[in-house]
Amino acid sequence: MDVLLPSLVDGLLIGFVYGLAAMGLTLIFGVMDVVNLSHGALIVLGMFGVYLLYTALGLPPYVGLFIMLIAGILLGMALYGIAIHPLLGGPHLSTLLSTFAVSMVIIGVGTALFTSTPRNIDFSLGAVQVGNIRLLGTRVVAAFVAIIMAVGLYVFMYRTHTGKSIRAVANNRDAAELVGIPSRRILALSFGLGTMLAMVSGGLIATLFPFNILSGGVYELKSFVICVLGGMGNPTGALLGGLILGLIEGFVPVFMPVGWTPVIEFTLFVIILLVRPSGLLGAR
Amino acid sequence: MRWLRDPSFWVSVLIVALAGAWPLVTGSASGREDMSLILMFVILASSLNIVLGYTGYVNFGHIVFFGLGGYIGFYLISQMGWHLIPAAIAGAIVTALFAAVLGAIILRLRGAYFALATIGVNEAVRALIVNWDALGGAVGMTMNFKRYQAYGGPMNALWVAYGLMIVVALLSVITSYGVRTSKFGLGLLAIREDEDAALVLGIAAPKAKTIAFVLSAIFPALAGALFFFKNGNIEPGDAFRLHMSVEGIVMIMLGGYGTVLGPIVGAATYERLRGYLLTSPIFKDLQLAFAGVLLLLIIIFVPSGLVGWLRNRFPKVRRVLA
Repeated sequence: MDVLLPSLVDGLLIGFVYGLAAMGLTLIFGVMDVVNLSHGALIVLGMFGVYLLYTALGLPPYVGLFIMLIAGILLGMALYGIAIHPLLGGPHLSTLLSTFAVSMVIIGVGTALFTSTPRNIDFSLGAVQVGNIRLLGTRVVAAFVAIIMAVGLYVFMYRTHTGKSIRAVANNRDAAELVGIPSRRILALSFGLGTMLAMVSGGLIATLFPFNILSGGVYELKSFVICVLGGMGNPTGALLGGLILGLIEGFVPVFMPVGWTPVIEFTLFVIILLVRPSGLLGAR
Repeated sequence: MRWLRDPSFWVSVLIVALAGAWPLVTGSASGREDMSLILMFVILASSLNIVLGYTGYVNFGHIVFFGLGGYIGFYLISQMGWHLIPAAIAGAIVTALFAAVLGAIILRLRGAYFALATIGVNEAVRALIVNWDALGGAVGMTMNFKRYQAYGGPMNALWVAYGLMIVVALLSVITSYGVRTSKFGLGLLAIREDEDAALVLGIAAPKAKTIAFVLSAIFPALAGALFFFKNGNIEPGDAFRLHMSVEGIVMIMLGGYGTVLGPIVGAATYERLRGYLLTSPIFKDLQLAFAGVLLLLIIIFVPSGLVGWLRNRFPKVRRVLA
């Protein structure tokens, strides 16, 4: 119990950040039926954005995050115009490949500029002691930021006109067009939001763990697992999926060698896809 | 034989056979290494094309068959002392059985869900092998040099493996042609266009998809056994590189999705291009980014690939370019 409880709490805190990353992926899938294979590269972009602003300009990581938020929306909208819009309505393969091509470009340029040496953001907020649990300040803040972003996204989607338009387009693009929703702009904005979530969560992860230009792949795969756990296209489910994944990562190493975590995660992933493709929260 | 009178059959087979025979004639070791890589890519792309191009299922985990065949073959040769040929065949049989079971389960998923599941399968198998100590775990296994004596020394073993690589490449191209021109292949194309309509028309889609999946698993498994035998060591990172699956897809797109000749042309073009970019001083660091831009341009502007474009533009060449 002495080992279990702290690792569970740690897992939960990280789970919120994972969930936030996965929300970006699931939002894009839900709205335009596109699996964004540049998700990992965008996460890395967020990591390096925050890192560079911190090391070069001395901006605190949380200010960097805010800049990533704006940069993410703009970049995402541009990417939508280049790599998604011309291919919507075609076979799945074309958007899978075009987003993968975007990822190759980002990682390729990134590797040329920064090589693949590991980096970390040397930034600490101390720690809080609750009972026998020691909570790292950066992890608590990261979880807190992730929760605020998730709540913000929820309010935006359900309480604002634009958010309702996004949901309408996700539901039925033709019908949304008929009632006068400019679907192209809404789709671009949704891709922007998805990119923003990826980059912000990347920035948050950068404050927690060391990373390099190739780290995106790991978090992209985690996001896939989370999306499938929560149901593809379901942002609330993604948060739940993130927590489950965080718990697994906190829980498994207590009982068996840490190398088994991915075996369990990916087996669970394939099983959930087969048994409940609409996710744990979805209808059968 | 109807095939033997079809010029497009001969075009595809002769291109692979002549290109493969060239290093045998010149005896150049560097030519052999280049061509060996191209042939391996031809095998990967042609076999993937059966599932991706003909059946329309996006498989990101194609490389799992390459890795499994490689691991089983390598284990049988290095630990059990088997000869290369039975070891590679055993690897292919086990991999085909794995594909049959896996296919029967995951081919129920469609579209993006199937694509995601294949990524999951590749990662799960890789993670499993990393934890499997008998197979060397994360560091993998190394071939004892004494093993190569049975093939007339290490130098000769490379030529033996190369000769077998040509045979496997030819077999995979012939299989790809055979599927494309058979009634079974027409069924697969119907599934690609509209699976529900195909079911209504009486095509046993689940069975056809599983057979296509198994066929596409055999050749990369053989290629994996040959490649890692030549390589002398095997590790999970090399055997289950997700990136290589995607490279296979890029080759297919480059050459022409759903054609017999497309994956061959695509594999050769991609390998040459990559070799050029890796060695050119300007693009050395940016080769990945450059390949990405190229891929994006192809998908947006020439979605049917080189061979597909020729077929659409000049209908007369369809007789020669399958």
